[in-house]
Amino acid sequence: MAMTFDQNANDDVADFLLEHEERITEDWLRVGFFAQHGSQDVEQARADCRAVLAAIADAARSGRAHDPAAPGFLQVRALLGDLVAMRTRHGESPSQTALELSRLKQPVLDLWTRHRGNEANHVAHTVLLSTALDTLRLAVVETALSAGADIIAYQQQQLMELSTPVIKLWDNVLAVPLIGTLDSARSQVAMESLLQAIVDHQAAVAILDITGVPTIDTMVAQHLLKTAMAARLMGAECVISGIRPQIAQTMVQLGIELGEVNTRGTLADALAYALRRIGLSVNRAETA
Amino acid sequence: MEARVVTIATELDIVRVRQAVRDVAVRGRFSLVEQTKLVTAASELARNALVHGGGGEVTVQVEPVGTGTRVRLVFVDHGPGIADLDQALTDGFTTGSGLGLGLGGARRLVDEFHIESAPGRGTTVTISSTSGGAVR
Repeated sequence: MAMTFDQNANDDVADFLLEHEERITEDWLRVGFFAQHGSQDVEQARADCRAVLAAIADAARSGRAHDPAAPGFLQVRALLGDLVAMRTRHGESPSQTALELSRLKQPVLDLWTRHRGNEANHVAHTVLLSTALDTLRLAVVETALSAGADIIAYQQQQLMELSTPVIKLWDNVLAVPLIGTLDSARSQVAMESLLQAIVDHQAAVAILDITGVPTIDTMVAQHLLKTAMAARLMGAECVISGIRPQIAQTMVQLGIELGEVNTRGTLADALAYALRRIGLSVNRAETA
Repeated sequence: MEARVVTIATELDIVRVRQAVRDVAVRGRFSLVEQTKLVTAASELARNALVHGGGGEVTVQVEPVGTGTRVRLVFVDHGPGIADLDQALTDGFTTGSGLGLGLGGARRLVDEFHIESAPGRGTTVTISSTSGGAVR
């Protein structure tokens, strides 16, 4: 919905906001939003208020009081982002923040009515003023939402990176701790990095640890078997460890047979087995 | 009786189905083994609905039975359907590249298993399990 106001009204409202900057700032500090969560000092909050007021005035003057992408609002995006981020850290949702922001409106409208309430065209002006303050709210919510999207993208990236490390447990012994949901893509990544590591470390035994995989269905089992088979083709023996009792029972009833693949209950058992396979034994150190 | 529907349209939805089923199984006081069996069966059937049925949905129903809880899952897809059910339930039979254990395995993991399908009419699989092994 496009709203148009004549330029006189735009200038009037902008001038009014700047003229009463001092008073509105005091009111806003009392209402909250700018001066909450204690740690922030009052001078900073006052400066923030003035910056946001100037932004609203600028947007109104340029005839774009309804547009959160108006230059005035864009200038305070970073500031609004910081304020929202601070609130998010305190566990507040964007809608709570928006509600909090709506309380900035009343004091300004009250002030307007007190000073200009008896002018002929005051209703049109009030609507304009109200629109500008609503747009501030919209700008803040937009900022909050885009911040959320950024966090999600960042976390997805992080998740990909931590997905499948290959760990050298001993000379010629490797382990891959698999965690979470094993879909086709992740299984493929795990298999590739394990096979490469077998070459790099001349591994004789590779341990696939599935302690962190909550569900082993036939597809996951198939991926594990394929990985074990590929490892064997490269001359490394594959051991699957971390099979918990409930997983073992479920696999039996599903009818999954791991064939010649060795399995162990825990990673420690698998390591002990691997050390034996490469001809090492672990003895208690003699104490003097 | 409370019911909830989960759509199966992507690989990610299979995870969502597993989470939904695990959630009701935990609340229904299923033992760890019972939970794992039911979730695994749900995972198999959800994947079947996605891979062979081209997507579908599952209805999760929970009702108290005696001292336990019965969880019933109804998987519906509108794919090509299955011509020979006996063959489809045979271990090792697969039309895709899987192990061919999904359908038969799922049947062994739950208390009740019912499948309805015909070529061109999609497939409906109903399974249920009861916590505490109260009613078998």
